[in-house]
Formats: sequence, C-alpha cells, structure tokens
Amino acid sequence: MIVSDDLFVPMRKDSASTEAIVRPQLTYWQGAWLRLRGNKLALAGLVIIVLLGVMAAVGPLISGHDYAKQSIISKNKGPSDMYWFGTDEFGRDVFTRVWYGARISLFVGLMAALIDFFIGVLYGGISGYLGGRIDNLMMRFIDILYGLPYLLVVILLMVVMGPGLLTIIVALSATGWIGMARTIRGQVLQMKNSEYVLAAKTMGAKPFYIIRKHLLPNAIGIIIVYVTLSVPNAIFSEAFLSFLGLGVQAPQASWGVMANDGLSTILSGHWWRLFFPAFFISLTMLAFNVLGDGLRDAFDPKSGR
Amino acid sequence: MLSFVFRRFISMIVTLWLIVTLTFFLMHAVPGSPFEKDGKGLNEAVAANLNAYYNLDKPLLVQYGLYLKQLVQFDLGPSIANSSDSVNKMIARGFPVSFQLGVVAILFAIVTGIALGVVAALQHNRLIDYIAMIIAVVGISIPSFVVASLLIKYLAVEWKLLPTATWGTWQHVVMPALALALGPIAIIARLTRTNMLEVLTQEYIETARAKGLSPATIVIKHALRNAILPVVTLLGALIANVLTGSFVIEKIFAIPGMGKYFVAGINNRDYSVIMGTTVFYSALLIFMMFVVDVLYGIIDPRIKFHGKESEG
Repeated sequence: MIVSDDLFVPMRKDSASTEAIVRPQLTYWQGAWLRLRGNKLALAGLVIIVLLGVMAAVGPLISGHDYAKQSIISKNKGPSDMYWFGTDEFGRDVFTRVWYGARISLFVGLMAALIDFFIGVLYGGISGYLGGRIDNLMMRFIDILYGLPYLLVVILLMVVMGPGLLTIIVALSATGWIGMARTIRGQVLQMKNSEYVLAAKTMGAKPFYIIRKHLLPNAIGIIIVYVTLSVPNAIFSEAFLSFLGLGVQAPQASWGVMANDGLSTILSGHWWRLFFPAFFISLTMLAFNVLGDGLRDAFDPKSGR
Repeated sequence: MLSFVFRRFISMIVTLWLIVTLTFFLMHAVPGSPFEKDGKGLNEAVAANLNAYYNLDKPLLVQYGLYLKQLVQFDLGPSIANSSDSVNKMIARGFPVSFQLGVVAILFAIVTGIALGVVAALQHNRLIDYIAMIIAVVGISIPSFVVASLLIKYLAVEWKLLPTATWGTWQHVVMPALALALGPIAIIARLTRTNMLEVLTQEYIETARAKGLSPATIVIKHALRNAILPVVTLLGALIANVLTGSFVIEKIFAIPGMGKYFVAGINNRDYSVIMGTTVFYSALLIFMMFVVDVLYGIIDPRIKFHGKESEG
C-alpha cells in the first residue's frame, strides 16, 4: 500500500463540536438509578425485598393450608410434599405461617419506618429551619430522649398498653423518629444558608414553601436511605419483643414469635421450626441493609466506601 | 473542662429525673390494681393492707414524692409479686452476672471490631477486606438469638465443647458473650474501616511515612487514634445495645442475671420491678454516656469544652 501525502488532511477546527456536551444530561434520579444499577449487591437486595413482598402476599394462599388450623395427627412433621417447611407442635403448616408472619413483620417494619419518617421530617425540618432558641429547645428535648435506653422504653410502653400489633408500631415509632429528626435537622441547617434559599427568600417565598420545595427535595436522598435502614431495625426490634413474650398474640404469628416458639427445638431436632423464621428474618435484614448501603452510595457519590 | 463536666452532670441529673417521672406516671396509668390477677379480686381487708404497704392508697402525687424520696436514698422499693423481696436485692443478685457478661461482650466487641476494621482498611479491596466486610454485613443481619441458637446447637449439643445453661465458670461466658458481641463487632468494624480509609489518605500520614516511622507506629499512633474517635462516640449506644440485648441472651442460656428478673417482672406485671430496672439501667446508661463524653475530650484534645455544641 502506498501512503501518499494527500491522504493526510488537517482536521478542521469546529468550535461548535468542541463545545458540544457529549454525555446526555442526567437528572438526579437518573444518576442515582444508574449508580444503583451498577451495584450488584444492592440490586440483589432490592430483588429479594420484592420477592419477599410478593411471597408475603401470595404465600399463605398457595400452600393450601390455613395458618391457624391445628392438627394433632400431623404435628412436628418434617418438610415434605404436603408441608413444604414442615409443621409445628400444633400441626400448623410452617410454610403458611412463615409467609403469614412475613405480612406482620414487614407491615410492622414499613409502618414504623413511615411514621418515623413523617414525625422525623416534620420535627427536624422545623427545628433546623427556624433555628435559634426554638431549635435549641427542640434539640435539648431530643438529647434527653436520646439518653433513654430505647428498648426499655419500648418494653415499658408495651407493658402499659398491652401486647398487640398496634402497640408494637406505636411503641417503636415513639422512639424511632429521633435519629431521623437529627439527620434532617443537620441537612436543613446546612442547606438553609445556601444561595438558592436566599434567592427564594428575597422573592418572598414563605418558610413552609421553602421547606417543601427547596429543602426537602435536596434531602430526599438521605431520607430514603434512612427509611430503608429503619425498616430492618423495626423488624429486628419486633422480633426481639416477640422473643420476650411481648409480640403479637396467638394464633397470629410474626417471625419473632415463631423463632421464639421454635427455640426449644434445638434439642428436640425439629430444626425447621426455628430455621425458617430465623432464616427469613436474617434474609430480610440483609436485603434491606445492602439496599440501604447501595442507596447511600447512589445518592451520594462522594461518600467513601 | 471543669465547667463542661459540671454542665454535663447537671443535664444528666435532669434527664434521669425526667425518665423517673415518665416511668412513674406511665406505670401508674395502667388500669386496675397490680394485685388483681386473672380477674380474681382479693379480700377487701387484704387489698387494703397491700395497698397501704405499697403506698397505693395515697394520692398519686404523694406516691410520686415518696418514690422520689426513696430513689434519692437508692431504694427502688419492694417487689409487688413477691413482697419479701425488694428490687434492690434483685439487682444485687442479678446485676453482677449481667455486668460480667456485658463487660466481656463489650471488650470482645471493641477489640475484635477495631482489629477487623484496621486490617480490612490496610488490605483495602483484597481478600481479607472482603471477608471482614462479609462478616460485618452478616453480623448486622443475623439477630443475636439466632446466633445463640446456632452456637448452642453446634458448640454445646453436637460437639460438646462448651457447657450450656447455668452459670459459674469462664466456659459459661464464652457463648453468650459471643452471641451478644457479634452485632457490635459488625458495627465497630465497618465504622473503623471507613474512618481508617479516610485517615490513611491524610497528609500527616504521608509526613509520618516521610519521616521514616515504622508502619506499625504510623498505624497505631497516627492513624488509629484519629480513626477510632467516631467509635468512641458510638460506645454509649453500643453499651445500651449490649445491656438490653442481654435480656434475650440470658433467657436463652438460662443465665441468672438482670434479664431473668426483668422478663419475670414483665410476665408477672410486677410494676415495681419493671420500673426499678428501667430506672437503674437508664441511670447506668446515662452515666456511661457522660463518661464517654468526658473520655472523648481526653482522646481528642481538639474538642473544646466551652461554647455551643454544633451539629450538622
């Protein structure tokens, strides 16, 4: 091949093409989603959570057994075609009960996280935005609450209100919003001195409008991460309380209650009665924790790993 | 420094008083008398005597005053379920056991957690790092009672390495302490690793290296000291975690500690025991947090003890 000089042409300078933005602009959400998608572990967590949710919805229906129906003939049967996860000491189907328990455990976790979110955002937002003496007073109050051994307070509330599903949620939320409020307040404090908030203020925006339109959207990443991480905390606490005999009452079952009932089986060898609820508690905790970690990295790319 | 300690001490007392007040009125908001069990009422004369013994016949505010007066003298009152026993005696019997278990668990968690975090950070993105982080994620995800059951199943029942149930020798401490420590280990390891990674990129580490200090000196004297500060902050919460977590663990291992009395108190609706334990543990926890705050200032001389605390 002959290489002649006329094959070489100087590249034309084009001011328009050098200024062009090559990568498409991403919105905040698109960027976060892109980073989350790159995180295999967090995605796996998300998939597991969705699957758990689906199974909680349909699990008790597809087994062909009732969660509360007792049967003396079929008590303490191992996993089989008939009973996929075996049966407990009253002959109740463990598979059905595990997914029935999933409904209760997930419900407690989600409700507690949602209530924490509402109270925490409201309290933290107001405290951080108003600042000054009110902020000081509101934070003093939080400091005092923070000093309480929170599980003891929850236990105390449960004893006073009597055990039950509603009580658990109320007791968990009564102490759970504190961390959320602190985080939100810190965020709001940081942001309220920024220029865009000043601009909004000069244009006559009202405080509540600024909180709603400017401060909350900017804190949404942290809020989502916090909510994701408070779900497993609530589930964990519920299991803990059930373990002390303060959980939902029979024949209802949560994972904590089932694990507590199954504890005696360590020696008797009916391992499935402890294994399945314990396994699903751990799996749920794991899924929410890795998803929460992944979300934290996705929303805040600067955060070191 | 001294004025900080003083102010912190005052706020500690105020917090404690609020907890006592809250606990007292919550417990007295429970409908019915503690002596009516299973719907069975007591003979009127007996009930009157019992009410008089526990001061329940007096107005609520007077009872509250009496309770505060008792508390100042470190008297948590008699047990309701068992009138010959007092809450103080129960704490004297149960707390040393729980304390022993808690101290072993906390020390184990701190040493293992920090070691794991440091090694993971030094071996960043290598096998040991991944193993340490897997341990950390698993440690956070598995509830302590599951860990405890697994330990009993294998270490005690199958392989017969360690004794289970009861209390006495050091072998009895191993399994419950391990079960209690796993969660805190995970938290401490993650925190230490993140902080170590950040500290190791700082310029003063470069300087120390340029001075020709040995790697061990750099890690221990320069990096670790700065990296464990957030761990110290977390210590108060972790201690609370271990103390309350110990209730469940004590139940599983049949350990005669505070947890046993507390759980029995819950089951018997023994209000003075529940109240007494809550107050005692709150006081302990608040005191620990006070100590941690003061310690923090000693470890990190940059912290100023005056002026407003700022967060954000």
